[in-house]
Amino acid sequence: MASAPSETALEAAPTTVKIVIAGGFAVGKTTFIGSLSDIEPLSTEAAMTEHSVGLDDAGGRDRKTTTTVAMDFGRIALPGNLWLYLFGTPGQDRFLFMWDDLVRGAIGAVVLVDTERLEQCFAAVDYFEQRGIPFVVAVNCFDGIARHELDDVREALAVPAHVPVLYTDARARPATKQTLVTLVQMAVQQLAA
Amino acid sequence: MSARHPGSHVAAGSDDSNDDGEDLPTVRPYAVAGGRRAPSATELPLEALVQALSTPLTGMTRECRRILELTASGWLSVAELSAHVRLPVPVARVVIGDLQRQGAVRVHAPVLPPADRRSGTADRREWVPTSDRRLLESVLDGISTL
Ligand SMILES: Nc1nc2c(ncn2[C@@H]2O[C@H](COP(=O)(O)OP(=O)(O)OP(=O)(O)O)[C@@H](O)[C@H]2O)c(=O)[nH]1
Ligand SMILES: [Mg+2]
Repeated sequence: MASAPSETALEAAPTTVKIVIAGGFAVGKTTFIGSLSDIEPLSTEAAMTEHSVGLDDAGGRDRKTTTTVAMDFGRIALPGNLWLYLFGTPGQDRFLFMWDDLVRGAIGAVVLVDTERLEQCFAAVDYFEQRGIPFVVAVNCFDGIARHELDDVREALAVPAHVPVLYTDARARPATKQTLVTLVQMAVQQLAA
Repeated sequence: MSARHPGSHVAAGSDDSNDDGEDLPTVRPYAVAGGRRAPSATELPLEALVQALSTPLTGMTRECRRILELTASGWLSVAELSAHVRLPVPVARVVIGDLQRQGAVRVHAPVLPPADRRSGTADRREWVPTSDRRLLESVLDGISTL
């Protein structure tokens, strides 16, 4: 075909890796992604399959339509032509089955927790635990205040001993960076085990 | 005592209704996709990278043209293209799959474990660990230098 992009532009695709950022509604997932991403976090529709719901009000009651769920993500370029994608999970539990697409091939997951609404992360913890996916539980310190002891959170969530439970601050890059470091360390260890 | 194990679990991942592509509704994005079946999440993962091999050709849809423009100077992922072109991911997969078949783009996709192992839903371990230790260590080093 004529006018192909230059040969140099066709060189070496980056190697992509991904980490899933999970957690309940409004727990700080997008903020976490934004604290590290090279690009402004993007949102897209990860469409679900058909439901028999009215698409239009003009009597089309039994038409099949699609419910779509927003999913957001960011990208971080790392040395060695590596691109790390951070994918935020759609919040609600009823979209859990969609997570299969997100976690396939992922390094692991960060489960963000708001200790005021601890129960919102149960589904995520269950999901990763059941599948043996490396994950860390990161307690988001809203306003920089840790209101709960990590041991209490660990106990309430009954996470296995090898799963790190740590504080983070979704708005602060050093904290979110450390959260990812802890996760990837864990993934390396789990590989060795 | 744990608050997480009161007995009733959400059956995570047990919803089997996520077969792609059948009975696509006639809303506009699916008109773009022309009712065709979307490449699966394993064939075209969200993080698969796309690069243009051709400039936009006459007769191409707006979405195709846009994808070729966006990927003319470098790689972009399926997820990013879906967001930029404002197409739901499964629809973006159809369009990108078509462009790939036409030779208008090339795709660099990580090799992922298969999407559907429907045998025994009780133990659907779709996640397979990243076995590449050196890759993980490169990621670790890279994140550490951020
Ligand atoms: N004070 C404070 N506010 C935060 C923190 N993290 C997030 N927020 C705020 O909490 C709100 C929700 O944060 P998001 O990052 O949008 O949360 P989310 O998990 O992506 O939310 P959904 O995608 O809607 O489920 C926003 O207004 C954030 O600015 C934090 O660490 N401290
Ligand atoms: Mg969000």
